[in-house]
Amino acid sequence: MKSLFLSTALAALIAGPALAGKAFVSNERGNTITVLDTETWEVITEFPGGNRPRGITVSPDGTKLYVCASDDNIVKVFDTSTYEELPSLPSGPDPELFVIEPSGKRLYIANEDDNLVTVTDTETRTILAEVPVGVEPEGMGISPDSKFVVNTSETTNMAHFISTEDYEIKHNVLVDQRPRYAQYTADGSRLFVTSEIGGTVTVMDIDADGAPTVVGKIGFEVPGVQPEWLQPVGAKVTSDGTRLFVALGPANRVAVVDAQSLEVLDYILVGQRVWQLDFTPDEKYLLTTNGNSNDITVIDVAAEKAIKSVQVGQQPWGVVTIE
Amino acid sequence: MHYHLMPLFAVLFWCASVAAAAAIDVKAAVLRVDYPSLLPISRYDLRPDDLGFSGAMLADEDNGTTGSFLGHTYDTAHVAVPPEEADAALEQILADGTRLIVVLSNAEDLLRLSDKAAEAGALVFNARAPDIALRDDQCRGNLLHVTPSRAMNADAVAQFAVWKKWGDWFLVAGSNPDDIALADAFRRAATKFGAEITEDRTFEDTGGSRRTDSGHVLVQRQLPLDTQDADDHDVVIAADESDYFARYLSYHLWDPRPVMGAGGLRPVSFHGAHEAWGATQYQTRFEVLTGRYVQPEDYDVWLALRVIGEAVTRANTAEPDGVRDYALSDAFELAAFKGQKVTFRDWNGQLRQPILLYDGSITVSVSPQEGFLHQVSPLDTMGLDRPESRCTAFE
Repeated sequence: MKSLFLSTALAALIAGPALAGKAFVSNERGNTITVLDTETWEVITEFPGGNRPRGITVSPDGTKLYVCASDDNIVKVFDTSTYEELPSLPSGPDPELFVIEPSGKRLYIANEDDNLVTVTDTETRTILAEVPVGVEPEGMGISPDSKFVVNTSETTNMAHFISTEDYEIKHNVLVDQRPRYAQYTADGSRLFVTSEIGGTVTVMDIDADGAPTVVGKIGFEVPGVQPEWLQPVGAKVTSDGTRLFVALGPANRVAVVDAQSLEVLDYILVGQRVWQLDFTPDEKYLLTTNGNSNDITVIDVAAEKAIKSVQVGQQPWGVVTIE
Repeated sequence: MHYHLMPLFAVLFWCASVAAAAAIDVKAAVLRVDYPSLLPISRYDLRPDDLGFSGAMLADEDNGTTGSFLGHTYDTAHVAVPPEEADAALEQILADGTRLIVVLSNAEDLLRLSDKAAEAGALVFNARAPDIALRDDQCRGNLLHVTPSRAMNADAVAQFAVWKKWGDWFLVAGSNPDDIALADAFRRAATKFGAEITEDRTFEDTGGSRRTDSGHVLVQRQLPLDTQDADDHDVVIAADESDYFARYLSYHLWDPRPVMGAGGLRPVSFHGAHEAWGATQYQTRFEVLTGRYVQPEDYDVWLALRVIGEAVTRANTAEPDGVRDYALSDAFELAAFKGQKVTFRDWNGQLRQPILLYDGSITVSVSPQEGFLHQVSPLDTMGLDRPESRCTAFE
């Protein structure tokens, strides 16, 4: 009896704070960040995230949370354990989405209103460069070797490949209408670009020099759902490169795609207006932000099934997780 | 000698650097015919001097940014003339070598100008005239319609009424030709979607009831009397393109009913408060550029020039036939801040598009409404469908 009690207590201790991962959700309308425990899926807290928080990411060591406060024209920074606000980063006007390089030093920010990508040094908190891109820059992806940042421009309909060495655009690839998101595979050999209004995902193979070649296009079809509502937005690919998950916006579904054959395998029903996605660090779960139902859906990645939804703040937009 | 050499080298170098995409300098023009008109009922509807032209400026910026990656440039001329100078203005545009022309005029002038432009091989975009005949037996093969037709607008309103289960309509029509044409479109829409016009009245334009000088006092006394004793109805549908009474109807009816059509809830291609589907960015860009809110004519001109930009970007052509063929092809699609791609009807050159239902303050709803289905596109539930249109110019 005693030993049972002891071992239970011990187990609780071990399974306690040390393993509890967290998810941070930016709530675009609510101007807050919701923090969730990724073991229990309980909401831990909600704190102010600036005006119109959208893009959200963390430093590689998981200690700092970066948030595009779009209407404040800055990137807000928070401590991921205390939620204390740290000095902000300059972002240029209307930052929407950004990507951090694996070293954590540079942040590449899409300025939606100014047709620019701003490069910000996270240590000196200064702007290193402004790169002119197409109209309404949005999606931001970075190659795993950090040599290229890909920006998608929603009205120009291009993926711009920006060299991180000289901040010059080296390649422009036309994609379908309103490209929203760019996602490399972990080995850097492939790039997926979602097109919201085009209703497609453009697939590019990336050669050793980082140059893209369009090799295919993924389309979507769900019986009973008008094709107009199948609008690809957020996308994530598993680190082994086998599965691509694509958020389909107002279709309220996440598509499961074989990332090799590009065949769509399944559609997982989630909340309303599914927008962005992120895996938990162990890739056991995929979280989706559902802007119109004000919740997130937790998808079991191996089973490819939705297992839970959790209410968060008003109009959740982006999500990022830490261990 | 060396004065000439430098620019030549510059040109050669520039050509080489964009050789892959073939440089194209796109010349277009917006021709706006300004008719004598009375003041609108609301000051909010005053026509700014740059109406339509501002949409062209934004389009040149948007297209130009994209073009900067491909070696394409865009330059659009703005021409505003009284009706008697319209033909001369078109001739000058053609003489300048421009073959892509956006026209804001009435239907009669538009047809004459389009036919004249056709002789020079030019392509014309209609950015104002809503007349159904232009999409029907009066259609032209060199005339594409960005502006929604009266039929599309009436169907957009009708679908919303039917969705609301407001099946009994009190139609109040103005007495001028455009008002009568709009009333006909509403009658057609009622038949199409199974609504019933239980009361059908004309509100004569006697030249009074303008807004100034306490016009509201007379309106408040007259309108209830003019609308009393109507058969049972769920909604009042106003057909008033001349803009002389419909704006007054809400709150001045005998029976308290919602108003739709030319007053109350109005069908528009775009408005300055529309924010869904990324439109906020469009509004911001437009306001920074012009210092005012966007109007439907600005948006329609912008969209027409974006169609050209899309053809240049994707099909590498700024030739009138090339732009037209690409726009009408299955490959064409364009994002227009309306939640789905817009495309052209290849039977009459009309741009298929969602219609916003606007109450003067917000987007209340967007048609087509849920449940109105079509074998090709739900957008084709609005306006003249292929079997209905007598247009043969695109065959």
